[in-house]
Amino acid sequence: MKPKVLLEKIQFDVTIKRLCHQLIEVHDDFKNSAIIGLQPRGVFLANRINKELQIILKNKKINCGGLDITFYRDDFRKKELIPNRTTIDFTIEDKNVVLIDDVLFTGRTIRAGLDAMLAFGRPKDVELLVLVDRRFSRHVPIQAKYTGMIIDSIDSQNVRVEWKELDGKDRVTLLDKS
Amino acid sequence: MSHLSVNHLLGIKYLSKNDIELILSTAINFKEVINRPIKKVPSLRDITIANLFFENSTRTKLSFELAQKRLSADVINFSASGSSVKKGETLVDTVNNILAMKVDMVVMRHSSPGAAVYLSKKVNSKIINAGDGAHEHPTQALLDAFSIQEKLGEIKGKKIAIIGDILHSRVALSNIFCLQKLGAKVKVCGPLTLIPKHIESLGVEVELDLRKALEWCDVANMLRIQLERQEIKYFPSLREYTMLYGLNKEILDSLSKEIVVMHPGPINRGVEITSDVADSKQSIILDQVENGVAVRMAVMFLLAGRQG
Repeated sequence: MKPKVLLEKIQFDVTIKRLCHQLIEVHDDFKNSAIIGLQPRGVFLANRINKELQIILKNKKINCGGLDITFYRDDFRKKELIPNRTTIDFTIEDKNVVLIDDVLFTGRTIRAGLDAMLAFGRPKDVELLVLVDRRFSRHVPIQAKYTGMIIDSIDSQNVRVEWKELDGKDRVTLLDKS
Repeated sequence: MSHLSVNHLLGIKYLSKNDIELILSTAINFKEVINRPIKKVPSLRDITIANLFFENSTRTKLSFELAQKRLSADVINFSASGSSVKKGETLVDTVNNILAMKVDMVVMRHSSPGAAVYLSKKVNSKIINAGDGAHEHPTQALLDAFSIQEKLGEIKGKKIAIIGDILHSRVALSNIFCLQKLGAKVKVCGPLTLIPKHIESLGVEVELDLRKALEWCDVANMLRIQLERQEIKYFPSLREYTMLYGLNKEILDSLSKEIVVMHPGPINRGVEITSDVADSKQSIILDQVENGVAVRMAVMFLLAGRQG
């Protein structure tokens, strides 16, 4: 079955730009803030946002890292998972942290991410940014503060965010699992 | 490949190249974890691990225990001295009694070769071999491979000389299997009395001259003379052994290239290796110890993650 395209091309870019401007409203010049993408695919969004923020803020260096949560997952014996790299070369002690992931579904990944993050210090506060929020599907009480788009989907569907650098083009698709 | 092909770590012999590579790549992540301000992850918080050491150990036992604690596992320790083994209990009974207390994984060192394989057939638990007699010591071989890879970038095509008491060494056998599976060339070097017969059948070359072995290799893995396992005299005197097979700064500096020096510990300083070599920049002995924790974390994490 052909996947249904939810977001692509200009819309995709505009969504990311909007998220960046929303972030700047709260974090100003990011002096005391850090953005952390969750491995594996949240890191692409974090890098894209970092790049965009640098353009808007005129090359200001922003703390941007990637966090692997494999060792913190609650389902690692149910699935076979391969750990990824954690690339956080700054402390998050007393920083305003924005956790970033591509899709928010059950919320379990974010829960593990909150745990994993604490190994790098005690942040002042933590916000969540996602590109796609699959609402009404949460297993834990977690909500995103910034969302690219909100969709209604059912368990048997898959939401996939594709990235130019990895998959050839930027787009979000909805696919029925066969 | 995202999972191991085995349920136990009994020896390197039973692992595929993919298994070894998966363990080494997972260990890179754990090395990053143990260098964080908070060195602990909750991955194995629901797992209980028993460390059964029927034979003495300091480094391996501490390294396993630390790795287990860094993974948040519950740990129980057992050593043969002061236990019912002394009262005549069999190995299987001892282990089954421990498993009756709901233990998920067993790390065992035993003086009999094959003890881990035997146990894996008799009891229902995941077994990690932490050394069985002069047979295998898989986690040591994995951490050696990890250390070489970290230092030299890759293992494929590299030349490794294993020097010293090959006959009594479980490290030698596991290292030979591991390095060959990863595509390295291996030579063993030592007095003929300490080289096992037919070792060539494993595809390794034998070199009796230390200098030639050192000139050939990229990495020299110096093994300890295991006096406690030697029931007869294999060489006239320790002094003579040191003169012929001891690695000192003089030989090291006279080589045409810089080689990496490894030692699985414990070191007999002044016997197989002099202090100035053990503490030199070419030595990665302490890196091996650090990497041991990361590699053992990877092994236990991957075994615990296996379903069924």
